[in-house]
Amino acid sequence: METRDYSMLGESGRLAVETGLATAEWYHTQVPRKEMKALMQRADGPAIRDTIILFAGMMVFAVIGVALWPSLWSLPFWLAYGVLYGSAMDSRWHECSHGTAFKTRKYNDWLYQVASFCMIRNPVTWRWSHARHHTDTVIVGRDPEIAIMRPPVFFKLIANFFGIFDTIDGIKRMLLNASGRLTDEEATWIPEQEQPKAIRVARIWVVIYATTLALALAMGSILPLMVIGLPRLFGAWHHVMTGLLQHGGLADNVIDHRLNSRTVIMNPVSRFIYWNMNYHVEHHMFPMVPYHRLPELHDAIKHDLPAPNTSIADGFREMWPALRRQLRNENYFVKRDLPESAKPYREDFHVAAIAAE
Amino acid sequence: MAWIDAIATDDVDEEDLIRFDHDGKTYCIYRSPNDEFFCTDGLCTHEQVHLEEGLVMDYEIECPKHNAAFDYRTGEALRAPACVNLNTYPVKVEGDRVLIEI
Ligand code: FES
Repeated sequence: METRDYSMLGESGRLAVETGLATAEWYHTQVPRKEMKALMQRADGPAIRDTIILFAGMMVFAVIGVALWPSLWSLPFWLAYGVLYGSAMDSRWHECSHGTAFKTRKYNDWLYQVASFCMIRNPVTWRWSHARHHTDTVIVGRDPEIAIMRPPVFFKLIANFFGIFDTIDGIKRMLLNASGRLTDEEATWIPEQEQPKAIRVARIWVVIYATTLALALAMGSILPLMVIGLPRLFGAWHHVMTGLLQHGGLADNVIDHRLNSRTVIMNPVSRFIYWNMNYHVEHHMFPMVPYHRLPELHDAIKHDLPAPNTSIADGFREMWPALRRQLRNENYFVKRDLPESAKPYREDFHVAAIAAE
Repeated sequence: MAWIDAIATDDVDEEDLIRFDHDGKTYCIYRSPNDEFFCTDGLCTHEQVHLEEGLVMDYEIECPKHNAAFDYRTGEALRAPACVNLNTYPVKVEGDRVLIEI
């Protein structure tokens, strides 16, 4: 396989369309319709509870952080606030973009807007880019959300634990959009009638950030930025840690989520922050199932999936050496064994990836 | 346009849908929570994924791929990423049969 071209307008993307890898029909575990219908049912209760906990937590940590500022004692509170702002909001952004968090659509939309702002991801642009991530998961040149490109650039991966590149990219795009323009790639996946919305949101955000910045300058203190903006950096590590595990070190250019996605059993705090996206194979196979039903979905289909990683550390133990091997051989990936009860991988669908193993 | 005998009323549960293929085209027939029947094209207008695995809630069908939603009575696209409405078709019930006009 030749060098990968991750641009949405490049050679790999063109090849994926030509070979039928793009917008292909993906493998699904068979689940009886009645059972699946029950799993897909929406509810407001769990997400209202979690959202109250989230915002109450943010408020308490921020108030204590401000009260103790600039003492070092404020640090743990800022770190806790940061993780809720810079990581929990990532999973809220994600779940609400699917519209599955709440039953009531306006609650989804409302939390989606707040979370998009915290993550500096334009809510219009990213809705379409995330749709593409689901159509063409880890298909090179088609999926705009591939977190680890091959060969991996470790310096970038590590810098992103502090949100550095994502934030720079987010700000650059926000300013560009606010000036009334879109990048060429954005223009390829946002339908024309939606483009003005992307621009309007970017303009509102610029006003909010400018006001925060002006306040910081007037006060001669970074305190306002500790509440708005900077937590996107110092709170990003948790969502990057969990996000890299989603697909890192696994196959690309396949159409079976069991080969390119990873389910990891996690501690309850991380699951709250991550809103159960540790059940990642399950989420990709059945994106209509709300986050709070994913543990049940996992039980219903685990006979057909590779065994989950048993912890975040276990996931990294599998992924990190694979990434290092990709430095020497970018075609390398971890192919997990399936249990005997599972339907085998369709090797004929994945000739290129499997042959490269 | 002709009336086609498509399914039996019992073929589909309330607040659910069933796929119906005819003459090289594919449709979805819905039974609402109030026991009415409706029919739309079978494929989502976003990326042509079949709606048969989707979720019916009240009068909406949600696409299984990227969760676009449509009002299946009118075909109206209610939620991104779909922006184009679904085609709908007249339906009538005769005895225990559901007929669609296509
Ligand atoms: S194919 Fe239906 S929402 Fe994308």
